Amino acid sequence: MSSFAAASDLRLREVDAPQSEVAHFGADQPLAMDAGVNLSPFTIAYQTYGTLNEARSNAVLICHALTGDQHVANVHPVTGKPGWWEIMVGPGKPIDTDRYFVICSNVLGGCMGTTGPASINPATGEPWGLDLPVVTIRDMVRAQAMLIDRLGIDQLFCVAGGSMGGMQVLQWAASYPERVFSAMPIAAAARHSSQNIAFHEVGRQAVMADPDWRAGRYFDHGVRPLKGLAVARMAAHITYLSDEALQRKFGRKLQNRAAPTFSFDADFQIESYLRHQGSSFVERFDANSYLYVTRAMDYFDLAEDYGSLAKAYNGTRTRFCVVSFTSDWLFPTSESRAVVHALNAGGAAVSFVEVDTDKGHDAFLLDEPDLLAATRGFLDSAARARGLMGAR
Amino acid sequence: MASVFDQERAAMSVARVDLLLISQMVERGARVLDVGCGDGQLLRLLAETRDVDARGVELSQRGVNDCVAKGLFVVQGDADTDLSDYPDDSFDYVILSQTLQATRQPRRVLEQMLRIGRRAIVSFPNFGYWRIRWQLATRGRMPVTKNLSYSWYDTPNIHFCTIRDFVALTEEINAKIERAVALDSAGQPVGVSAPWWVWNVFGEQAVFVLERGR
Repeated sequence: MSSFAAASDLRLREVDAPQSEVAHFGADQPLAMDAGVNLSPFTIAYQTYGTLNEARSNAVLICHALTGDQHVANVHPVTGKPGWWEIMVGPGKPIDTDRYFVICSNVLGGCMGTTGPASINPATGEPWGLDLPVVTIRDMVRAQAMLIDRLGIDQLFCVAGGSMGGMQVLQWAASYPERVFSAMPIAAAARHSSQNIAFHEVGRQAVMADPDWRAGRYFDHGVRPLKGLAVARMAAHITYLSDEALQRKFGRKLQNRAAPTFSFDADFQIESYLRHQGSSFVERFDANSYLYVTRAMDYFDLAEDYGSLAKAYNGTRTRFCVVSFTSDWLFPTSESRAVVHALNAGGAAVSFVEVDTDKGHDAFLLDEPDLLAATRGFLDSAARARGLMGAR
Repeated sequence: MASVFDQERAAMSVARVDLLLISQMVERGARVLDVGCGDGQLLRLLAETRDVDARGVELSQRGVNDCVAKGLFVVQGDADTDLSDYPDDSFDYVILSQTLQATRQPRRVLEQMLRIGRRAIVSFPNFGYWRIRWQLATRGRMPVTKNLSYSWYDTPNIHFCTIRDFVALTEEINAKIERAVALDSAGQPVGVSAPWWVWNVFGEQAVFVLERGR
């Protein structure tokens, strides 16, 4: 068996029998979705780290980004790589699992065990495919709230996340202000911009243009739209970096050759790098899931939902720490600043850190000392206010 | 709690003795906005000794990041432009310590402070201080002192005023002076009952508590 086929088997197993904790919600607990349908039954796969204290007051919910998953701080069951936020989450880390009970669940519409288009539709015994109602950020958060209920937690000590995870944080604080003691939206925005919707549309069209997509029923035919999904990932990956970082890392350097080949091979290192990003992504991700989660981000617009962003947070008692990165052109500082202005107008307790880095949008996943220090400082002060100091 | 205060006093230069004075002017549990909060020295003092709900605005991102790492609530912003984001009466006190002279529109900033806060506390270096007058008079050059160490061409301080100038401005914007203190070069208050001209000559810096006039 090739390593790709082996990885694909692992990926398929994670869809319906994940190596995570699983919460099943039956017919008595449907999820009321923005699309106007009740989803039932459905499943949420999640990981936890650390111990919930007796008062159930030390729970931190981490919200993952577009193609992330619940494996924040453990080896990934499909790729064998370390968790995606081990720089931030773990014993002694800024989100300290010796002190906090950390929860991360796979988003609704995902493909790592939470109900998504690759999951089996119990009504048909077949994968949902495009029959799954379109998912929104608010639906993802509603599902997470049901999981938090199931875990017996009234109020989360903190909800934190970057990018699409940051959108979920903003939605949490707007939908359930009394359940969020502190919130940390990182490299996020209160709405998806036109340019970002445009990038997502390019990615979706790449998937749908692949003949193997088969109108979303590829699983019926034993194929997968790997080429289309890889192209979507390559295009998206460029938006996660910055011109400066690409120039520094790759420049115009050639890949294992002394001169251009006068062909369409991956002559340049950047081409080779992007192709690798594309091919490793398709090993672990479902193409329809990519359509659903990108769509969820496109539909996100808190100001539209509440009349204005300030109204979304009027009178909130949640403590906020908003973080952006100077070279992030996908979720630029201006988007974070708009959130901060709205929070100020509502009299909220808010900090705002702009981290100086050339690493672009992906900086939220990397070793950025200012991000780590801000997280630690913000959580320490929130822990004092919440009476969690005994834990350390 | 007193120990924190003492540590701060020990660590604080005479030049920033205004911060101690300001912190004592704020009642416990008040809502405070410190405009131009720097590295958060006053915010920390207020949070730890006066139990206040303290927020800050700081122009330099480095200062903001340092404050947030200390667990303070600070956003990056400009006193000249960003105070308009805050609603009326959002704070009990809005503080501007040693920053007025660096704003582009001091009058506008003061008006905004009195709009968003019930009271404004302002500390500033007195350009009427005798050493400054002496330097200007005898050397004929722009004064450079220990506490105002910039040369005229690289100073961030673009709107110096004297204590009397400041009092005139408070009258112009219809603000009521609730309290005023002038501090000499040792950080000691200049005689409370002394007339304005004495303050204006012997005060190296001044701290004013303002209220909206009727």
